[in-house]
Amino acid sequence: MAEFTDPPVVPPTGLDYAPAPESRSVVDLQPSYGLFIDGAFTEGSDGRTFKTVNPATEEVLAEVTEATEADVDLAVDAARRAFAGWSRMPGRERAKYLYRIARILAERSRELAVLESLDNGKPIRESRDVDIPLVSQWFFYYAGWADKLSYAGLGANPRPLGVAAQVIPWNFPLLMLSWKIAPALAAGNTVVLKPAETTPLTALLFAEICQQADLPPGVVNIVTGAGTTGQTLVSHPGVDKVAFTGSTDVGRQIARAVAGTNKRLTLELGGKAANIVFEDAPMDQAIEGIVSGIFFNQGHVCCAGSRLLVQENVYDEVMERLKRRMATLRVGDPLDKNTDIGAINSREQLERITELADAGDAEGAERWSPPCELPSSGFWYAPTVFTGVTQAHRIAREEIFGPVLSVLSFRTPDEAVAKANNTPYGLSAGVWTDKGSRILAIADRLRAGVVWANTFNKFDPASPFGGYKESGYGREGGRQGLAAYLQEGETA
Amino acid sequence: MTTTPTDLGNAADVRTVLGDLSGVDQVGLEARAAALATRSIKKDAKRTAIDLAISMVDLTTLEGSDTPGKVRSLAAKALRPDPSDPTCPRVAAVCVYPDLVGTAREALGDAPVGVASVATAFPSGRAPLEVKVIDTEYAVAAGASEIDMVIDRGAFLAGDLQKVYEEIVAVRAACERPDGTHAHLKVILETGELATYDNVRKASWLAMLAGADFIKTSTGKVSPAATLPVTLLMLEAVRDYRDAFGRQVGVKPAGGIRTTKDAIKYLVTVNETAGIDWMTPTWFRFGASSLLNDLLMQRQKLKTGRYSGPDYVTID
Amino acid sequence: MSRLDVRKTYKLYIGGSFPRSESGHTYEVLDTEGRFLANAAKASRKDGRDAVGAARKAFGGWSARTPYNRGQILYRVAEMIEGRHDQFTSDVVSAEGLSTQQASKVVDAAVDRWVWYAGWADKLAQVTGNANQVAGPYFNLSSPEPTGVVVAVAPQDDSLLGLVSVLAPVIVSGNTAVVVTSYARPLPAVTLSEVLATSDVPGGVVNILTADAADVAPWLAGHLDVNGLDLTGVDDASLATDLEAEAAVNLKRVVRPSRPDWAAEPSLSRMTAFLETKTVWHPVGV
Repeated sequence: MAEFTDPPVVPPTGLDYAPAPESRSVVDLQPSYGLFIDGAFTEGSDGRTFKTVNPATEEVLAEVTEATEADVDLAVDAARRAFAGWSRMPGRERAKYLYRIARILAERSRELAVLESLDNGKPIRESRDVDIPLVSQWFFYYAGWADKLSYAGLGANPRPLGVAAQVIPWNFPLLMLSWKIAPALAAGNTVVLKPAETTPLTALLFAEICQQADLPPGVVNIVTGAGTTGQTLVSHPGVDKVAFTGSTDVGRQIARAVAGTNKRLTLELGGKAANIVFEDAPMDQAIEGIVSGIFFNQGHVCCAGSRLLVQENVYDEVMERLKRRMATLRVGDPLDKNTDIGAINSREQLERITELADAGDAEGAERWSPPCELPSSGFWYAPTVFTGVTQAHRIAREEIFGPVLSVLSFRTPDEAVAKANNTPYGLSAGVWTDKGSRILAIADRLRAGVVWANTFNKFDPASPFGGYKESGYGREGGRQGLAAYLQEGETA
Repeated sequence: MTTTPTDLGNAADVRTVLGDLSGVDQVGLEARAAALATRSIKKDAKRTAIDLAISMVDLTTLEGSDTPGKVRSLAAKALRPDPSDPTCPRVAAVCVYPDLVGTAREALGDAPVGVASVATAFPSGRAPLEVKVIDTEYAVAAGASEIDMVIDRGAFLAGDLQKVYEEIVAVRAACERPDGTHAHLKVILETGELATYDNVRKASWLAMLAGADFIKTSTGKVSPAATLPVTLLMLEAVRDYRDAFGRQVGVKPAGGIRTTKDAIKYLVTVNETAGIDWMTPTWFRFGASSLLNDLLMQRQKLKTGRYSGPDYVTID
Repeated sequence: MSRLDVRKTYKLYIGGSFPRSESGHTYEVLDTEGRFLANAAKASRKDGRDAVGAARKAFGGWSARTPYNRGQILYRVAEMIEGRHDQFTSDVVSAEGLSTQQASKVVDAAVDRWVWYAGWADKLAQVTGNANQVAGPYFNLSSPEPTGVVVAVAPQDDSLLGLVSVLAPVIVSGNTAVVVTSYARPLPAVTLSEVLATSDVPGGVVNILTADAADVAPWLAGHLDVNGLDLTGVDDASLATDLEAEAAVNLKRVVRPSRPDWAAEPSLSRMTAFLETKTVWHPVGV
């Protein structure tokens, strides 16, 4: 009989990931940036500037020009002048410009990703793997539409609208730019776009890409500034179309401002999405979906799954699994390739998140965050979950726009739907169940523009996106997104 | 609650437990695995990971052409993976066919390196239970510290879960030694033949309920062998099983893992799924052969700062 | 003494490789003035069979790619054609007897045509598919899917623009193709095969046979592993009738011969000819 030699029991070895920072050297930051008007960078009319900072360190990245009324005039005029040539150009030629831009975006993707993470605070993993690839894809998709406008659903020979005024938010700076500019240009419009005050840099790099692509001057104009600049732009009498993504309050103001004009308007506004988990959900994937639903991009997502509705009979299991998973999230340096949650975009936003979360405490909800060390400078908020939340809590009604999840429970499908719809918003919703017919039945009854089933926060240029109710109107993406920049052709 | 295999020797209970398992969404599972694969492990973390991976290798030869000479050479490699560097860890075990267990054990001497033996009519498992039991008993008696058995995939796919379960229980019994210890039982699911993730989850639980000490992805003879999503799923299973029954079960992906980069992805997945308790050769193994030399070359690179080449690691 | 140029051997393109015809046969390709240009490989029925085998093997992977990915790959082909603009121009000059300027415009149009079709990859379903409002608690969605392996006989006269205009619509939706080139003017097609081989189009997605359609098309029309047959370039009406009849053996989808104005913007018909509509029903209920 042989001697038995079993391997010894070996204690576990921890694997602490060493810092893995993406190199900043790929980005060539200038100390100051002008406005991009009529194909060239120009100084502002009165020399006013503002600073854009890295929210992870509060370091000033660059000085950016604040566009005045006179500057906006120049930009709208340039767009108007360019419109004649651009709209008359054969679609196949416009397509080729857009394909060029798509290709350059892909070629310079790492540079753009690093710059986006620097200016916005989002983890490089997301800017590299989500934002920038989608940006290029958006241009590629709409490039393909430019020579196919007759198939947009508006009859033969539809016409562009004219000059589009586009104002975008800071949460997905370049991606929102692509959602706005790509369909507008494909349809034959010219644009004046204002990026958000805190995240102007990738839009300015995009302007440089337009130059590399030899895009005709004036087709794309970028004016930087704060709310006033945006207001000037959308109320400018020379624009034919206004497209805005941002808060519901500002969206309402814009809707008022365009009243009585001929301006077309599309709005993509706030949300308070319900993410509904049924007892038969594919549980491990549901946990991932809950996590990405609320912690993707620090929760700075209008369609974030910020209200988790869990069927009561699996509530404890879901919470236990969710907390275990949250404990593995890595919060910190946005440029570290292993960071899951980056910096909050600005001090103002951090204050708003803090104020609302504190209201959650005050109203009796129970707060939990995994132990995590936050950097000492910059703007940070730990991933947070509130349990014991009801529809009466502010944190269940107001958009927090941060990494804060409110958890509610339900007993029946009817109750889940009623709670999900019990909000003035209606942008998105999630449903988790292994039962196909239930997915479809719940989706039918949800008053939301996008319903994700067994997934969450998925975006594609071929897929229309936009809200019901106070989440705005109009759709971006797909054929609907193209049609938003077209009108029916004149009948012969 | 601790459960010994015999506590669950009731097929009706087995079916109840398996029926309660939640479904697996393929797209979500694969997306999670892909996300874990983007972790960037550098510098000290990489050094730690490489040594850990080496210590987790079940250095394997499972060919019809295996000879005592081949196995002795493999054993020598297991003991001194990098003869130029005494700080290099040993591998966990060598893995051979039953008739070569004695040779392997003799070649390894009393070094703390295990001898794993495939058994139960590996790789197809197409033999009567009596033969599988004898196969196992032979290997255990010859000194195998670990038995890598295959499940009856045909019975599983035909819906005869009870047969699969009972065979594992019987083979587990055959692993018992006269001194009251037992050779550790690794149950190979052959996930490439089970075809769906739902089946993999069900088979993982079936094996654990029947007394498996380890669940193992593949024989290495069927494509696909180990994949990251399948391993992630099995790690979720052992994690949930411990939560439910209090008994820890190990995981062994086998076949198709050839590079350091791959091995590190698996370790990251262990780390972030089952957790640190599994970050040891006691609870996680790689079934591999060519992987070891890639790990050694990467280890040399970290040490010298130069890329190594295949002439600077030994063939076995 | 001036330098002697190195001439190219013109071969078939099957499964991503450039074999000679298994038959060993070649035929003389002449320019429009009757001057010798090259010996082209003359594909046999067995080359046709091999091409169908390669196309079938490639079908699973090509049709499973995301439409976006197929669109990118096809756009890349347009980039590569543009990159060989001069070579294609000179091919078209010798094949079709056009002036360099005219031929250059043909190449321009071929690139733009390819780009036009590439853009359809991820838009076809939006235009040709639909949600169906059935009278019951059912989700009901119709979407287009590729037919499978399509054999296309390319136009005999328009050796490049015609070729591109029949090939691109077949593969953009996920079909794989076996193309029988213009018999008398095969050289632009051979250049295109070199473009395809160095682009990201997987081997076997496009297979190009320089051949007399009268030799190989009957075998391909009767081949049971072919799902579609585009007879656009079959100028002989009685041959076309025979081929269409033969194609009925396994109910191939057939496009009849035509001589359209290749310069005009096409309709969707060349794509929809080789699409199946799949309708999925699913109950709606909690």
